Amino acid sequence: MNLKKFSLKHLILLPFSIIWIFPLIWMISSSFKTNPEFLTEPLKVIPNQFAVENYYRAWEVANFSRYFINSVVITTSAVLIALTVTAMAGYAISRVDFRGKRLLIILMVASLFIPKGYVVIPIYNIIKSIGLLDSLLGVIVATSTTTTNVIFVLLFMAHFNSIPRDLEEAAELDGAGFVKRFFYVMLPLAKPIIATVAIMRFMWTWNSFFIPLVLTLSAPQLRPLTVGIYSFIGEYSTDWTGMAAAATISVAPVIVVFLAMQRFFIEGLAGAIKQ
Amino acid sequence: MKSKNARNTFNLTRKQKHKFWGIAFLLPFLIVFFSFTVYPVLMSHIYAFFDWPGYGPLDDFVGLENFINVFNDPLFWRALGRSGLFMVGSVSIQVPFALLIAILLNNKYLKGRYAYRTMIFIPVVMTSAVVGVLMRSVFAVHNGLVNSFLEFFGVIQSPINWLGVGRNAMLTVIIVASWKWMGIKMIYWLAGLQSVPEELYDAAEVDGANKLQVFRYVTLPLLIPIGIVILLISIIDSLQVFDLLYTLTRGGPGLSTEVIEVYIYRYAFTSGFGGGMPQMGYASAAAVFFGLLAIVISLTLSMIVKKYRISDEKEVRP
Repeated sequence: MNLKKFSLKHLILLPFSIIWIFPLIWMISSSFKTNPEFLTEPLKVIPNQFAVENYYRAWEVANFSRYFINSVVITTSAVLIALTVTAMAGYAISRVDFRGKRLLIILMVASLFIPKGYVVIPIYNIIKSIGLLDSLLGVIVATSTTTTNVIFVLLFMAHFNSIPRDLEEAAELDGAGFVKRFFYVMLPLAKPIIATVAIMRFMWTWNSFFIPLVLTLSAPQLRPLTVGIYSFIGEYSTDWTGMAAAATISVAPVIVVFLAMQRFFIEGLAGAIKQ
Repeated sequence: MKSKNARNTFNLTRKQKHKFWGIAFLLPFLIVFFSFTVYPVLMSHIYAFFDWPGYGPLDDFVGLENFINVFNDPLFWRALGRSGLFMVGSVSIQVPFALLIAILLNNKYLKGRYAYRTMIFIPVVMTSAVVGVLMRSVFAVHNGLVNSFLEFFGVIQSPINWLGVGRNAMLTVIIVASWKWMGIKMIYWLAGLQSVPEELYDAAEVDGANKLQVFRYVTLPLLIPIGIVILLISIIDSLQVFDLLYTLTRGGPGLSTEVIEVYIYRYAFTSGFGGGMPQMGYASAAAVFFGLLAIVISLTLSMIVKKYRISDEKEVRP
């Protein structure tokens, strides 16, 4: 009886999930076809011969080598900045009493819900006034400082709150100061949170489109991949297979990271919904 | 321990040091938070009261005029209507469908369930902008994946213009958005299903209930509270689709997929529907107005959630 039921489930699930990821397979397969083959045999999964020149066109001609480096630099910096800033803030809020602490927490939570209006213009103006317009540093600053960091501070805070103070007191007796206690006692205990924050920040920054779009309007050489792929369809609208190659280059890193770290990611989400 | 009278400016007490470092640790975040979250949010609300193209001096105060104009613009209400249609469409596809898949996958003995889960989840992590661009060719009239597929199996005789005709375009956008984000709802439902204690199933089975009865009388009632949370999250998420929509249709053809976010973008960064300059003030007013509306919706829904949770607890603990 069980065998029959299982095969019935697979009979539904297997075709369904293949159809579900088929656009992705199709994208990758198209990225290896020549444009004529793509037009005549769009459904064929394995191309006649692997046309690697699509990748060459996207990488060299359409400047995706540049966009890729930009994305890597922007995302890596954003992850490092967000981790440092939010872990330190989470620790400080958890362990130090100061005036206005409650108010700050309320303000932080509220900032996640109040209407953002059109915040991109003031952000653009700040970047401009500190002289970072049309520089990669400007894009990094704008993408690594988004409101989503508040979530990370709250995550770190909650985690540090759950760790008993005895540990630090013991370290203090051994002569460890505030900074040492943070780096050698508390941070190693926050590894799961560090992983979650790093993955989330990586995904959100790599995939971010709107702020980089606005900030690189006048500086195409600074575009990350997301903006690059969008301008690609404007500039080479008939090069379907080149587009597929460019799209594959753009999503490959997120998919690889997701496949490697999916336990952290999915369990983080599942945990969040239960609260 | 240092004695109290030994302290001076160079020899801070333990407490003072603690506080000093605490504030030093907090400072970077405070600077970032106030300059890149609080200040921009405040400013975007202030712009709403000015006639301002987004650059140059901010000196033409117009009071509530922008808000009145937004309120009187039929195109704003139509864009709002499209956002509503998109919301109803994508939520009513994703939420029940994701539950169905979660039920199928919620079985410890099902081989390959992690592989299925991964495959269905992958679109969630794919870049929205890339999905938008990719889906243009998936739903292309000629040589698009969907049309080629349907023609191959003889479902359709002539190609369907998925993105070029107004009514189809909205449907296509809803399908694409549901495809992209269903995986995350599946994870939520799985979390909900796994929180149902297994003894309850065993007990029901001992009582002679069949699978359908178990689902109807055991699983479903226990899923309702988390189901409402999932619904709430889905509704709020469905209002944030700029990246996908902008790269997929840019609000077109015509205005057929111009949801509120695209409407606002049009006024903020291009010359709106007429010629001339961008209208940042007007766009901000529209964004603030829309934001308030979204808050009202989410507050109402979360109040329902709370009510449900309280009455639920009462039932469990009489």
